[in-house]
Amino acid sequence: MQSKTTGNGVRRNPPHPPYVRPMAGWWARNPFFVRYMVREVTAVAVWVYALVLSCGVLRLSQGEAAWNGWLSAMQSRASIVLHLVLLLGMVLHVHSWFEIMPKTMAPIIVGGERVSAQRIQRTGWTVAVVVTVAVLLLAVWSQS
Amino acid sequence: MAEPTRMIEIQMLRYRPEQESEPIWQSYQVPFTEDMSVLQGLQYIKDDIDGTLSFRWSCRMAICGSCGMMINRKPSLSCQTFLRDLLPGPVKVEALDHLPIERDLVVSVEPFVKKLEGIKPYIIPKEERALSEGEYLQTPAQLEKIEQFSSCINCMLCYAACPQFGLNPDFTGPGVLALLHRYNADSRDGGREQRMEILNAEEGVWSCTAVGYCSEVCPKGVDPANAVNQNKVNSALDYFIRFLPNSQSKKGA
Repeated sequence: MQSKTTGNGVRRNPPHPPYVRPMAGWWARNPFFVRYMVREVTAVAVWVYALVLSCGVLRLSQGEAAWNGWLSAMQSRASIVLHLVLLLGMVLHVHSWFEIMPKTMAPIIVGGERVSAQRIQRTGWTVAVVVTVAVLLLAVWSQS
Repeated sequence: MAEPTRMIEIQMLRYRPEQESEPIWQSYQVPFTEDMSVLQGLQYIKDDIDGTLSFRWSCRMAICGSCGMMINRKPSLSCQTFLRDLLPGPVKVEALDHLPIERDLVVSVEPFVKKLEGIKPYIIPKEERALSEGEYLQTPAQLEKIEQFSSCINCMLCYAACPQFGLNPDFTGPGVLALLHRYNADSRDGGREQRMEILNAEEGVWSCTAVGYCSEVCPKGVDPANAVNQNKVNSALDYFIRFLPNSQSKKGA
């Protein structure tokens, strides 16, 4: 780089451009970012399960034989392994979203006090568990 | 003050643009006492070992926001991080992540300051009042809405904690958006319309993916992730409200 002479006769080198560090692999640099990526990646489990259920609805519309075929496919060993993996993904996804949920909401004021982050998370979990158990009971009841 | 008896290794990411084409690590052995902050460790290096070291600092009591740096990979104020808590070392010190390095631990702050100016970080009164009419009053509940966000000291630790800012430096970022919220949510302020364009932009709240690390590292207990994410609702409402008949909203797309 060429040096320049300023108005008062002082020779100055032109400024160097600042150094920009690369971002490649940023998510592995911090355990917090790894947890964030787990939240993002486990969204795939939600998507895959939605696809599985959509397939079920489609097969149902195609008649009894198609529906029974889908039901037996759901009972295969591969399907059960897939569902266990998806369940794990869903639990991690729910956990990570409830973790961040208080930060995504406008403050809730009850009786003049702001509802704590912990209470929001506990409420989320309670609703999730109650709904899951209710759906499970409904499924068991419909089989009997 | 007791004589220093123990030593700790401080490893520092150095960048002297006239000397190195990319940053390099350099190690220093520093004597320390129980009451020494990382900043004091750096001052020892500069005064007694290597005068070529560059870093910013001023108040030494976590209020000026100058001495932010990565300490053991975490965005921290070096004045309130103590060497005794980092034993046995080594302590790794780097310039704040995601910001261009000018020299050693000194990062470029100009883009941040421009963004800060852009949001008009001051109260724009709803209506002009004469001095004789007295002060603008606020209830404790109204103060509560803005108080934590007004604690921001512009130290930029939240920018070093935000990978979305690292990936896209045009993102307005957590600190400035938290301050934007601080003024928009102020009961005395009438400048919301002027700030919504910045908030609504893709580089505004919508570039945030709720990583949430910004709020973890804030040294003043501000929750920028909350400010940004509750404004996604405000931004969405601002968008849809224009479709209502007799809407006063004049926001362009």
